[in-house]
Amino acid sequence: MTAVSTSGPAYPAASSQLRRLALPLPWLATAALPLFLPGYEPLATQILVMIVFALSLDLLVGYAGIVTLGHAGLFGMGAYTAGILSVYGITDPLLTAGCAMLVAAATGLVFGWAMLRTKDLTLLMLTMASAFLLYEIANKATWLTGGEDGLQGVNFSSLFGTFAFDFRGITAFYYSLAVLFVVFLAVRALIASPFGWSLRGIRENSARMAAIGCPILKRRVIVYVISAALAGLAGALQAQATQFVALYSLSFELSGNILIMLILGGSGRLYGAFIGVPAFMFAQDLLAKQDPANWFLGLGIILIVLVMLAPGGILGIAERVMAAIRRRRGAA
Amino acid sequence: MTTAITILFFGIAYGMILYLISVGLSVTMGLMNIVNLAHGVFAMLGGYITVTLMNHLGVPFLLALAAGCVLVAILGFVLERLLYRHLYGRSELDQVLFSIGLIFVSAALARIAWGPLAQPIELPDYLKGQVEFLGLELPTYRLALVGFGFAVIAGLWFGFDRTLFGARIRATVNNREMAQSVGIDTDRLFALAFALGTGLAALGGGLGADVLAIAPTYPLQYIIYFLIVVAVGGLGDIKAPFLAAILIGLADTACRYFLPEVGAIFIFAFVFVVLIWLPAGIMQWRRS
Amino acid sequence: MGIPAMISRRLFGIAFGTGAAVLLAGALQAQAQTVKIGVILTYSGRDAALGEQIDRSIDLFVKLHEKELPQGVKIELIKRDDTGVNPDLAKRLAQELVLRDKVQILTGGQWTPNAMAVAALTKEAKIPFVTMTAGGSAVTLQSPYVVRTGWTLWQTSYPLGEWAAKQGWKNGYTVVSDFAPGHDGEAAFTKSFTENGGKIIGSVRIPLKTTDYLPYFQKIKDMNPDVVYVFNPGGPQATAFMKAFDDVGITKSNIKLIGPGDITASDELPNMGKRALGVITMLQYSPAATRKANVDFVAAWKKEYGANTVPNYFAAAGWDGMRAIFDVIKAQNGKIDPDATMKLLRQWKNPNSPRGPVRIDEHGDIVQNLYMRRVEEKDGVLANVEFATIEQVGDPWKVLNKK
Repeated sequence: MTAVSTSGPAYPAASSQLRRLALPLPWLATAALPLFLPGYEPLATQILVMIVFALSLDLLVGYAGIVTLGHAGLFGMGAYTAGILSVYGITDPLLTAGCAMLVAAATGLVFGWAMLRTKDLTLLMLTMASAFLLYEIANKATWLTGGEDGLQGVNFSSLFGTFAFDFRGITAFYYSLAVLFVVFLAVRALIASPFGWSLRGIRENSARMAAIGCPILKRRVIVYVISAALAGLAGALQAQATQFVALYSLSFELSGNILIMLILGGSGRLYGAFIGVPAFMFAQDLLAKQDPANWFLGLGIILIVLVMLAPGGILGIAERVMAAIRRRRGAA
Repeated sequence: MTTAITILFFGIAYGMILYLISVGLSVTMGLMNIVNLAHGVFAMLGGYITVTLMNHLGVPFLLALAAGCVLVAILGFVLERLLYRHLYGRSELDQVLFSIGLIFVSAALARIAWGPLAQPIELPDYLKGQVEFLGLELPTYRLALVGFGFAVIAGLWFGFDRTLFGARIRATVNNREMAQSVGIDTDRLFALAFALGTGLAALGGGLGADVLAIAPTYPLQYIIYFLIVVAVGGLGDIKAPFLAAILIGLADTACRYFLPEVGAIFIFAFVFVVLIWLPAGIMQWRRS
Repeated sequence: MGIPAMISRRLFGIAFGTGAAVLLAGALQAQAQTVKIGVILTYSGRDAALGEQIDRSIDLFVKLHEKELPQGVKIELIKRDDTGVNPDLAKRLAQELVLRDKVQILTGGQWTPNAMAVAALTKEAKIPFVTMTAGGSAVTLQSPYVVRTGWTLWQTSYPLGEWAAKQGWKNGYTVVSDFAPGHDGEAAFTKSFTENGGKIIGSVRIPLKTTDYLPYFQKIKDMNPDVVYVFNPGGPQATAFMKAFDDVGITKSNIKLIGPGDITASDELPNMGKRALGVITMLQYSPAATRKANVDFVAAWKKEYGANTVPNYFAAAGWDGMRAIFDVIKAQNGKIDPDATMKLLRQWKNPNSPRGPVRIDEHGDIVQNLYMRRVEEKDGVLANVEFATIEQVGDPWKVLNKK
């Protein structure tokens, strides 16, 4: 197995001081977005939510080496938990988001504990089957979920009792941005921790990790549960931002799309999600409105080319370009 | 009693379509050791060719089926040589992404060529209506499906067990290095096996066009069923997936008849449990 | 004066001319009122054929009636694809149409789940929403900014249950697609059928994405009811249902098939073939109807889209939807005020619709004639032939649940 597309890079060589100074810039720029792109808040919010979701997936795919085609199952669990609570009168955004994380984490624990003993195709199939199972349950439990009709009557109260979820999407935008920032810091800390490094070790050579006494199954289940909680949080955000939950949030289509977005940006790189998700969603917004055929054609070709010629996604290409420049400079 | 027989019959007919489409996938995935999500593409294409030949050129059903099978097999051969072979030995993630890309491209092309709508198939008159069979009224089309399926299977199993080509495939699935060292040209074998698998998928797609409707969404819509058959059956074999396909066809049909409220929940729970219990599929259970 | 000067003078002339033209156009633009209308329909996926019916109807109406708009008033249609039953996508598209494209009226609303999601949004956005073919009763309750020009399942199924019971049929079975309109149809038929002495001996809800119906229908055959109430959302699914009924032998048995007109949609009859003969349905529209407004409508349609195409009830609902939208644009001279628009829409009537006299009531629901039809062969072509009329029916659900 070549590790090119999955292996994490070394930290960029730029001085850490510069990086610390530059870090808040993109966040501030994003925060100013509603000023110069009015009307795009709902799309921007969607992107922020999907970045949270993609970060949760990156923990599995990029760092722990667990390929899943069923991550939407956990996202949807979060979305339905938050949505259903709001229908039954528990409408506080933060409380329902917390509950969503718990339910998704519990789901992740049960499925992860069962599935993560297997590997390769079997594991891939199990992740798919688990998400299809949840989808069908939601589809059939119309009394609880509304089935194909979507969940009716979703209504969250104002954030901190002050900021209502308005139809322009301003509240949802800043709320999602804040949540993303917190999730980003948490994920960054996690992957820099010894636990994070042990995951990379398991990904690269699980036999050797087992030999040095690392409890592999336990580590993999733990990261699966953490990832599930974050995916559930993203789902809850989605439910709150759109004030609606439908079966799409559990679908295979979403599982596939989020994986593609992550890989486009570059997995195992922390910033891959920040590149891939906006690139994918802006392009989709521009190209797929009236006739999706060309959009899918282009996307399909990009995926094939990416696999054949340029593993590592957009960030992978950027890294290689940077490395080439540095080499040339070194030679000069 | 008649109910039981009818359900058994519907289940087998459904399982037969799943088997025809998926058996090639099982062989190629086991042989080349790759994850290929795009197998449905070939079934879809087989369906399109069959339906187009019938509806627009008036080609008889069986001839149209054969044409679809052959054309798609040739395409499969070319694709294996051009693209798929670059994937051998690559990471699972790369293979997943590549095959999703292939699904997108083919779905988009199908949409451009045939439009977004499902292609209606008008079966020949001799396949419409019901026939009396063992005192039961059975739909002719499904009966033909079962008969046709068994004929293909007989040929396939004979070929797999008794011919040199079959022996080479079995040997390469078991141990590729050893097979190469005894002089089997695995490159050629891969391409031929891939062509055979895609041709069978095209046959299944055309035969099953009345059940699994031919539309650009086909490869994604039914992907889970094809993969389930392979995963539950096991890789690199042609008999275990048959058992898996019939089991799944029966379970799904019985569930629709007796417990429509449960829908497909049962089938996915069933697959989940089987795969936890037997990670290598039914084959593992047979061996142990 | 040399050649260069001549060229430069000519260039100046061109520049000046274009500039003046641009200015002039700008001035006209300022005077003209462009009403932007967002249209959300299914343009792709399995049920795109139904979206096409509505879309063609909208385009044909605009083409034939654009000249009726007041001087300087223009309309612009902005179309979006919801890809099928996909409520969250429909909601997002509606939000974008309102926020980015600044549409003043939303329409389309092909599916009940999608229309429900869009309707919920119009409450805060204050955008009038004319839902054309969503048949779930609850849609018009979602927001004061919604009216419907299509039908409700209660409309087409409640009277049908009574009719079926009066035929002396005792044992009924219901089979519906598993989403809101299906649930409505099942409830409506069951209520009136049992109230009039019938008994429901079994019912099944089939997921929308199902492709193999045989096991469900085999069960019906084994239960052997007198009558089966069927609902599916029309289009290719209607044909798939009919084929499967035929495959298990129900169409040839003594079991009667009835349902709302969706199950024998006129545009699908050629695909169904003789299997559909004798099926009795209730609907507000059949292209075979002989009233003048309908004959003209069908003739215009065939002229535009070809002699072998037929407008179905989706097209008729789209046609009246556009008529209603045009009427409110005309009444307000192109300046759309949401609340005034809704007031106009709730009093809207058209005595000469292709489907007979129609009006919108205070609930925002349509009041219309319903016709009993039977599939018959007329001049070698299958058609839904009307044989009885029930005059001016509103949404029975709203009436039954009043107070």
